[in-house]
Amino acid sequence: MNAAASASPDTHSTRIRWFFRGVSAAVSIPGLILISAFVGFAGLAREAGITLPQAVFMTGLVWALPAKVVLIGAIMSGASLPAAALAVSLSSVRLTPMVVALMPELRSERGRPIVLYLLSHFVAVTSWVIAMEKVREVPREMRTSWYAGLGGSLVLGNMVVVALVYAVAGSLPPILSAALLLLTPIYFLTSLWGSAREAASHYAMIFGIVLGPVFHLFMPGGDLMAAGFIGGIGAYVLYRLRKGQGA
Amino acid sequence: MTFTAFDSWWWPYLFILIAGSLATDIWRFLGVYLGGRIRDDSEALVFVRALATALVAAVIGNLIVFPSGALAAAPLLLRLVSVLVGFAAYLRFGKLVIVGIMVAEAVLIGGLYLIGFEA
Repeated sequence: MNAAASASPDTHSTRIRWFFRGVSAAVSIPGLILISAFVGFAGLAREAGITLPQAVFMTGLVWALPAKVVLIGAIMSGASLPAAALAVSLSSVRLTPMVVALMPELRSERGRPIVLYLLSHFVAVTSWVIAMEKVREVPREMRTSWYAGLGGSLVLGNMVVVALVYAVAGSLPPILSAALLLLTPIYFLTSLWGSAREAASHYAMIFGIVLGPVFHLFMPGGDLMAAGFIGGIGAYVLYRLRKGQGA
Repeated sequence: MTFTAFDSWWWPYLFILIAGSLATDIWRFLGVYLGGRIRDDSEALVFVRALATALVAAVIGNLIVFPSGALAAAPLLLRLVSVLVGFAAYLRFGKLVIVGIMVAEAVLIGGLYLIGFEA
């Protein structure tokens, strides 16, 4: 445990090199698809009455796209702060097991815990998928620097994308403007379906997508929570029943 | 205490910070804290994922059926057909997200063009 050794110029330049390798790992097919999703998010935020600085702030500080889309959904349906916070929390519980899976890869003997807490903010689907795929090719001591480069560039890059798209979204012809607003739902419909681990999540998608609009008619403001709970519980029960039959 | 409840410039940022940032980071921090102590395939997590998925799916449903802006002016039937055809193409051609997006957008743009769409 030699502080002088870890701060030597040699380690510093190695760290910087691995940081930039992380940045270049962000330039990928999942990275490009993520940008298209943020293009859609910028259009959505604008239509929801969120200002440009607020949309960029949200991108940097919330980061996970499902959480932001739920947050905007809650804002649009006039939810109160506690109701919005509860809905966003519910949509983000899945971040915990993702972080749990990634941390053993990033941890090193000399690493400080605070670094891991800070880096965990970058965890969302895309950076997680890229990291889980490539982190083993990075020397253990350099993994935090590498992930900082990967996650940091994805967050910053998409903050820029959101600002640029938000700025031009108002001057798009109506057809393109409509197309921009369809990006978010179709992106999530396909990417969520693909990332589902078990049938329960597929049932939950089908229940949720139908119940959301139904509850929207009857109880605006509480529609997301009602659809989430009833759809989620229904999906889990159906999953258990079918699992019991099949076994 | 809705997003637009107060006129001050900082209220929306505080709203985003509490309902957005805190509500997501708390789960990330819990993940760092727990480290390797929970199993990814436990039954409780299956249930939690089902709840979270249904919630996000509800938002997707609302964005298709009750959209905002220019998309709201597009016929509901065209919106539904675009998404269904895009999703079918996604399932049919190797479950590639990009295929689903391209096909859904092509159907929507083509349909709007045919009906002479002006929002």
